[in-house]
Amino acid sequence: MDQLIQFYNQNDLLIWLLIFTIILGFEVISKVPSVLHTPLMSGANAISGIVIIGAIVLIRQAAPDDYVTLGIGTLGIVLGMTNVVGGFAVTNRMLEMFKKKK
Amino acid sequence: MEFQFFIDVALLLAAIMFIIGLRRLSSPDTARTGNLLAAFGMGVAIIAMLIYPLHSATNNYLWIAGGMVVGSVIGQQAAMKVKLTAMPQLVSLFNGFGGACAVLLGFIELYKATHGQSQPGVGELLIVVFTLLVGSVSFTGSMLAFAKLDGRVKDRKVTFRNHQYLNMAFIAITLGMSVYIAVAYPAVSFGLVIAFIIVSLIYGFSFVAPIGGADMPVVISLLNSFTGLTAAAAGLIYDNQIMLLGGVFVGAAGTILTVLMCQAMNRSLLNVVIGGFGSSASSIAPGATGDKVARSITPADAAILLYYSKSVVFVPGYGLAVAQAQKDCKELDELLEANGVSVKYAIHPVAGRMPGHMNVLLAEADVPYPKLLDLDEANPIMDQTDVVVVVGANDVVNPSAIDEPGSPIYGMPVLEVWKAKNVIVMKRSLSVGYAGIDNPLFYHERNHMLFGDAKQSMQELAREVKEL
Repeated sequence: MDQLIQFYNQNDLLIWLLIFTIILGFEVISKVPSVLHTPLMSGANAISGIVIIGAIVLIRQAAPDDYVTLGIGTLGIVLGMTNVVGGFAVTNRMLEMFKKKK
Repeated sequence: MEFQFFIDVALLLAAIMFIIGLRRLSSPDTARTGNLLAAFGMGVAIIAMLIYPLHSATNNYLWIAGGMVVGSVIGQQAAMKVKLTAMPQLVSLFNGFGGACAVLLGFIELYKATHGQSQPGVGELLIVVFTLLVGSVSFTGSMLAFAKLDGRVKDRKVTFRNHQYLNMAFIAITLGMSVYIAVAYPAVSFGLVIAFIIVSLIYGFSFVAPIGGADMPVVISLLNSFTGLTAAAAGLIYDNQIMLLGGVFVGAAGTILTVLMCQAMNRSLLNVVIGGFGSSASSIAPGATGDKVARSITPADAAILLYYSKSVVFVPGYGLAVAQAQKDCKELDELLEANGVSVKYAIHPVAGRMPGHMNVLLAEADVPYPKLLDLDEANPIMDQTDVVVVVGANDVVNPSAIDEPGSPIYGMPVLEVWKAKNVIVMKRSLSVGYAGIDNPLFYHERNHMLFGDAKQSMQELAREVKEL
């Protein structure tokens, strides 16, 4: 119990932030018509490509001759960037049917 | 100092754009701008982290630029060239890439830790192994989901008997290894790290293996929220707020979306993941078609379908007459026409209880005569029609009349509504019509049932269309 209290005291701001973010995530997607399920899934998938930032930070802090880190980091960027660019582009294509009619 | 402050503000704005973007994505009118806003936020976040003042930064921009160009080209090309029907599997593929990116990040951390280049504590190690485990499941699970949806892998070829026990064993083994690596460090060899990653990757395959084709979109959504969680964990590794909060936010939103998708299919999430275990038995038996499922649709979804289509054909039947819904039908017709939808009526010669029954009803509601099509006029345009709305008709739209020689109504000319892109059947229940026979149309893949009284349903549709 003491450890738990200590952990909470050290991280209370972070814990609050995480809980509120989770609730926000739940609430943002409360009522969605089913025609939008796939585009929404695709859009959320593109946002989860935010993991690419980890690869950017990794490479930026690597030694210029550390080829293991550089190589793996670059592969990570290729994968992450495919996720981000492809994700948003394919979502946009799915949503073309909702274009406003003139 | 000032420079870092401005970049921090930019990252905060990017996070807000993610939230508003996803919010707008959940409504049809704002979905496109929502997606663009989220994409813009992502651009801001990436640029901000490219120029963020990091300590001991050597930058290596050439490597980053190369990776970004290659990834952008692959993503853009794949997204533009894919067929509309193949989009769910492409999303799955992209999601797997995101998971793979997280796996690489976790791998490099453990590589450094086991090669004496860093000395992480237990807490940090737990975060790293979590990133690796969940990222691996997301990666290989998404790859298998992609292969299944793309028809490259048949469901029953990758499932073992009692697959659920295999998956439970995988959970126990991967969790055990995770905790061991975190606790036993630094007495952990690089070989054990490699073994852990391999087992985690295999578990990803095994996790998705028993889940059947129809449940695949739900699983992709679930794996999608997994990738969000790994991004969040990676955010803890790099002490980066936008990764942490963006990841948690997408993870939570993805989880709720997964639950919503389950509800739309009348399933529970547990049923999809564990229930997949049960379906492995039926998928072993070849040729088993499973139970017929009629999908229902809410008035809100039906209204969106109608509002965004180009052509709608109403097929009135006896139910329209009983509910006296002709005036409400006309009102919905006018609302749709005002939004540029072409609306017609297909009248089957024996719709209702007497010839001309429908014509009389619709004339009473002032539907212009040229909008009424008879059987021979209506059938040729069915395949160019976006949505057919069957209002209380049954036998006159029964495909058994054409493809089931044993059926009592075989040979009767019917309105071939199933050729349209979408069908909405308004009916109080799945019960049989006047001829007393089942209607396979209700279970057709392009059909949606809108249950309820025709008059009430029409009024609800009109109300929903007005709100769009």
